[in-house]
Amino acid sequence: MKNHEVPQQNARAFMGHSKVLYALDEQGRYVPTPCNGWEAEEIVLDQAIAEFERHAAAAWRRARQGGGSALEYHMYRQRMDRVLLAQSTGFFKWRVRRHLRPGAFERLSDRCRRRYAEALGLAPEQLDALPDQP
Amino acid sequence: MNAASIALDIEIPFDHRQSAHCESGVIASLLRHQNLPISEPMAFGIAAGLGFAYLPFIKFGGLPLFAYRMPPGSIIRGLTRRLGIEMHFETFKQPADGMLALDQYLSQGRAVGIQTSAYWLSYFPPDMRFHFNAHNLVVYGKHGNNYLISDPVIDIRVECDADSLRKARFTRGVLAPKGLLYYPRYIPSKLDLPRAIRKAILYTTGMMLYVPVPILGVRGIRLVARKIRNLKPRTQHHNKLLLGHIVRMQEEIGTGGAGFRFLYASFLQEAAGMLGKPGLAVMADELTAVGDEWRRFALHAAKMCKGRMPMDYGLLADQLLDCAEREARIYKRLRAEIK
Repeated sequence: MKNHEVPQQNARAFMGHSKVLYALDEQGRYVPTPCNGWEAEEIVLDQAIAEFERHAAAAWRRARQGGGSALEYHMYRQRMDRVLLAQSTGFFKWRVRRHLRPGAFERLSDRCRRRYAEALGLAPEQLDALPDQP
Repeated sequence: MNAASIALDIEIPFDHRQSAHCESGVIASLLRHQNLPISEPMAFGIAAGLGFAYLPFIKFGGLPLFAYRMPPGSIIRGLTRRLGIEMHFETFKQPADGMLALDQYLSQGRAVGIQTSAYWLSYFPPDMRFHFNAHNLVVYGKHGNNYLISDPVIDIRVECDADSLRKARFTRGVLAPKGLLYYPRYIPSKLDLPRAIRKAILYTTGMMLYVPVPILGVRGIRLVARKIRNLKPRTQHHNKLLLGHIVRMQEEIGTGGAGFRFLYASFLQEAAGMLGKPGLAVMADELTAVGDEWRRFALHAAKMCKGRMPMDYGLLADQLLDCAEREARIYKRLRAEIK
């Protein structure tokens, strides 16, 4: 890729920053070249974020209707899934799966709540809170 | 939770230069800081950082891992081992100890590299934050409760508050950083770069061509091509996530473009001058052309995900096979060139 061909499509996600690509200058020498966004990257980034939002919205609806816990919603909000939450709390996957159900979640001990809160970067009391909108 | 944090006012003069990749960027800038001028591509090349791996048994959000480079940590270790540089590595059980040690190094006037999660760094643009535990950056000072950071993938110098940095350094899970902190302890006065370059090229090309497992190197690329060709149209939502995931691993996460292929081509170009082997520069041009093909693959895949192009798994698979064949030819000629 020549450095004048480096896409500059001002990706929203970059928030005015740019990253470096290696591209060829006029003499055919490689130089680090700033790039502030590319269509392909923007599409797949949006897709990845939309997937977390889709899961979060579904979890929010389940929690509203009493079929799920707020923990599941917060998990997706923090761009995690069950595997990642298990890894970052140190709980077994089956325990996390159990805690995502409303009954088990409500009976959770303070110690377990603190571990979830720490992994999710929330205060322990925020774990129960469900916003008005997903 | 609240690790004791000392308010300091220290700024170590540090040359911030933006790089394509975090690990090669950090190690190159730490070495430059100690008066060893080395470019990011040279660091990446000598570390034998280039690779390809398809690891279906490691899942991220239910999707397999695609890596266009060697595993995290291997760039710093590979580079320093081949050049005879000794690194000091330190990890911590207690977050408070890790933060205290960082403050102490800063007080001694030492800029250090650290490993963090990308998600908890407060200066990262929110949309770019994902749970990836092997991000690397340099801390070069502290003002009050804020650390001064030279993050190689960010265009400017940034700051991060102590609480966020503690969290980023001590996340748990796969590749957990455990507060890892490092700096070069000893740099030999004479470095045999040509020898290191030749060894690294032999290592990389050998890895790409001859490792007898079908999920690594050129064979890995062919396997992914086959997987894409055989995707079932009825699982389209999942297929799109998979393709998007591949493109993200290739382009988005600081690869310098085309899944590190441009970075490696830049290394070959520099190596050609250093070894006096113009043949390497020719290979660099050919690898650039393959990189362009990787980028076309990424653009097609992304457009197909978005519905801006009709979904065509066969086309994507053909493009990958083309990349695999051309890369195989390049690696073979590279081996002949430097032997």
